[in-house]
Amino acid sequence: MSFDGITLEGVRAGDALPELSVEVSPTTVVLGALASRDWRPMHHDKDFAQNRNGTKHVFVNTPHNAAYFERYITDWTGPRGRLGRIRFRMKDSVFPDDTMVFHGEVTDVRKDDAGCGWVDLALRLTVGDKTTTECTASVAVPVGEDDNPWARRGDDWQP
Amino acid sequence: MTTPMSEIPDDVRGWIGEPRYETLGEFDVERGYVFTTCASVENGNPLFWDEKAAQEITGGFIAPPSMISVWFRPHYWAPDRTEQAQPLQVHFDLKERLGLPEAVMTDNTIVFREPVRPGDRLKTWQVLRSISEPKTTKLGTGRFWEIDVEYVNQKGESVGTESYTGFGYRRGEDAK
Repeated sequence: MSFDGITLEGVRAGDALPELSVEVSPTTVVLGALASRDWRPMHHDKDFAQNRNGTKHVFVNTPHNAAYFERYITDWTGPRGRLGRIRFRMKDSVFPDDTMVFHGEVTDVRKDDAGCGWVDLALRLTVGDKTTTECTASVAVPVGEDDNPWARRGDDWQP
Repeated sequence: MTTPMSEIPDDVRGWIGEPRYETLGEFDVERGYVFTTCASVENGNPLFWDEKAAQEITGGFIAPPSMISVWFRPHYWAPDRTEQAQPLQVHFDLKERLGLPEAVMTDNTIVFREPVRPGDRLKTWQVLRSISEPKTTKLGTGRFWEIDVEYVNQKGESVGTESYTGFGYRRGEDAK
């Protein structure tokens, strides 16, 4: 397999990740709820969401949010990118007819004691002018084309 | 309100640092649900779809790391099941024992260790890490708490830890 993705030396603090835009439909919301076996009605039943939760529609659940961030990060790194740590804070909900836009910026590029290359990211999910989720992540990327963060185990993997 | 805000019951204090609700997954990690998750976010990472790429990079197929909690979410129905276990039961226990009817999760951090692979059977437990002194926010008055959810595979290797910060509270005038 030819090398596919980024290496540490090609990344600088301040680099921006390409934006990812996703049109949300009721199906989008239900797909995420189903994938995470989240049967709570506010993720599939509009009447329940409106009358019990007081929201305008069904809304994207937390694991679906996390899965989107993972995809966003590894779309950028390529398959050798290995997610070590992700932290997110959901500030508002995402509904059908929203357009989700994922944004990201490199905040640090570093090597740890074991020689593993890390890229720290500040990420945001926005709908219009509103930030609905704030996220930070650390993803290990190859320090060169012969390196593979997935080969690291034990003390060599320090997320 | 069942508990004075100024005191944490001894038994609740005893939960701090204690592994609770150890649970073995009901089923093996399987690719069908990996596909369902990847399809739900259009994740085309070859580690989940391309056997050759997966073999070369991760030594075989793996599951998306962010699915870590999904392997403990029950199916909607199972024979002889009378009640469903709550994910993050310690959070709900704290709400009840501290008399705080409302709660929000303010923060969620996940640390990923060994990859999760199809065929793995994971085990999990929850550990209460801390309970704050009473705090008043715009939501109401209550306490913050930190809960870790640990996940290991069948070899006992850590595959990850989720850390949640929750805020249990009473709204406005009820917060006395």
